[in-house]
Amino acid sequence: MKTEPASRLERLLSQGRFVVTAECGPPRGANGDVIRRKGALLKGAVDAVNVTDNQTAIVRMSSIAAAKHLLDSGIEPVMQMVTRDRNRIALQSDILGAYALGIRNILCLSGDHQSFGSQPDALNVFDIDSMNLIRTVRTMREGGTDMSGHPLDDPPKMFIGAAANPFADPFEYRVLRLAKKIDAGADFIQTQCIYNLERFKKWMEMASGEGLTEKVHILAGVTPLKSAGMAKYMARNVAGMDIPEAILRRMAGVPKENAAGEGIAICLETIAALREMPGVHGIHIMAIEWEEQVRPIVEQARLLPRP
Amino acid sequence: MIVGEQKPIKEILNMTAPHHRLLVLGCGTCVKTCFAGGEDEVAALASLLRLASRKDGRSLHIEEFTVERQCEDAFIAEAAEAVARNEAVLSLACGAGVQAVARRFPRFRVLPGVNTTFLGVLEHRGVFTEECSGCGDCQLALFGGVCPFSRCAKKLLNGPCGGSRNGKCEVHADTDCVWHLIIERFTALGRLNDLRTYVPPKNWQPSLSGGPRKLIREDHTL
Ligand code: SF4
Ligand code: SF4
Repeated sequence: MKTEPASRLERLLSQGRFVVTAECGPPRGANGDVIRRKGALLKGAVDAVNVTDNQTAIVRMSSIAAAKHLLDSGIEPVMQMVTRDRNRIALQSDILGAYALGIRNILCLSGDHQSFGSQPDALNVFDIDSMNLIRTVRTMREGGTDMSGHPLDDPPKMFIGAAANPFADPFEYRVLRLAKKIDAGADFIQTQCIYNLERFKKWMEMASGEGLTEKVHILAGVTPLKSAGMAKYMARNVAGMDIPEAILRRMAGVPKENAAGEGIAICLETIAALREMPGVHGIHIMAIEWEEQVRPIVEQARLLPRP
Repeated sequence: MIVGEQKPIKEILNMTAPHHRLLVLGCGTCVKTCFAGGEDEVAALASLLRLASRKDGRSLHIEEFTVERQCEDAFIAEAAEAVARNEAVLSLACGAGVQAVARRFPRFRVLPGVNTTFLGVLEHRGVFTEECSGCGDCQLALFGGVCPFSRCAKKLLNGPCGGSRNGKCEVHADTDCVWHLIIERFTALGRLNDLRTYVPPKNWQPSLSGGPRKLIREDHTL
């Protein structure tokens, strides 16, 4: 069974601290400096940094390698792992390798479909789904074996994360699926970006009604909007994204040069509201290719200094 | 049934370019039902090829023939004489039929005229949808009779993913999210809570991942 916290993130959450995580997308190339540069922007501003795994199905530096660069710069990574590209043999092997390199947090995902990426002609693997991946990491941690039941020499003990989208359909089923992820072994949840606070609140209430907020740490996702165009694009084209009309109008209502500031203001208001919600144990800031904004956001949200 | 569609005429013209005597061979079973390779399609394609070759000043003699099923030797045998009169066969059967014909006539070139796409059903007139990928270990009992292996773009066993919206799949806006359908089924049956049960990873061994499969029915072998 689990005793010692696997990571700093786990320790902070178990101490009841309100945590802050951010996201870092590896480069489309082998340049490790990109990671170090993004890492430097985030260091000390957040408690852990997610490293995406070929997000939007575009070939990038592997999340394991990028996570190791962060580790070496003194930043705790959350390695994202999608089941789109690797079969169960490769996934398990990479979990062992990541752990051996010192990576202690994992976020288990299915992944964006390859048809959205730059190589839609690729085979999609999906040997197992994210639920199965969560269970696999837990089996390694608590059973000490791989999926075949074979005992592992120094089994990886990872802190296990999963994603949840409170805004996807069907709404009623979303809480049941969260419960399922917790049963499978999720310790923490990072949600889809929240713009529709009302709907998120309803989801949290349903989750708490089922006793789920007692069993899992929910980190609420936020993404600052850069422009009215980005807001409109995301609302229309990003699968599972819910941006209410009022937010779109607000973004469109300010002069272009003030739009980014308005986006940050909305983000700060959202964070303030989220901090008041029972069951929300932290925030996850996904500032896509806008990492330099993370520290100011955390600072203005009065969440600095980090422990 | 096996669903397929005729290849683009350009591809067929390129493929058949070296030949002067061509047998267009139809199949009267699945591909007939999906309007890809029955007698009518053989006739239509043959006239198209005749026209195109005349336009290009190419000498091409085309013969038409359709058998009941190209995946069964006894039916293929009926085409033997017609095959012998030609240089090559353009088969409008599914991939299995094309191969069965090639096996039967080792000295003739056999070309595929159809893209075999999936195992599906006739949804309504002119619309066919994929419903099964022949995984060799049917798990429909777990999913209320709706198959996520063949119908979910991510083969999720514990779906839906976060992209399902208004009952549609994030990958194709005009396709139902199969997990939405599964949830609807369980809701209608009053058994939504059954979906809370964790579905373990699929055993892909009985599927194509174990190589080509074979079915032996001892009670029917000679
Ligand atoms: S579970 Fe397998 S056999 Fe059953 S419908 Fe799906 S793909 Fe076909
Ligand atoms: S939207 Fe539904 S069918 Fe499409 S990939 Fe997601 S779960 Fe599968």
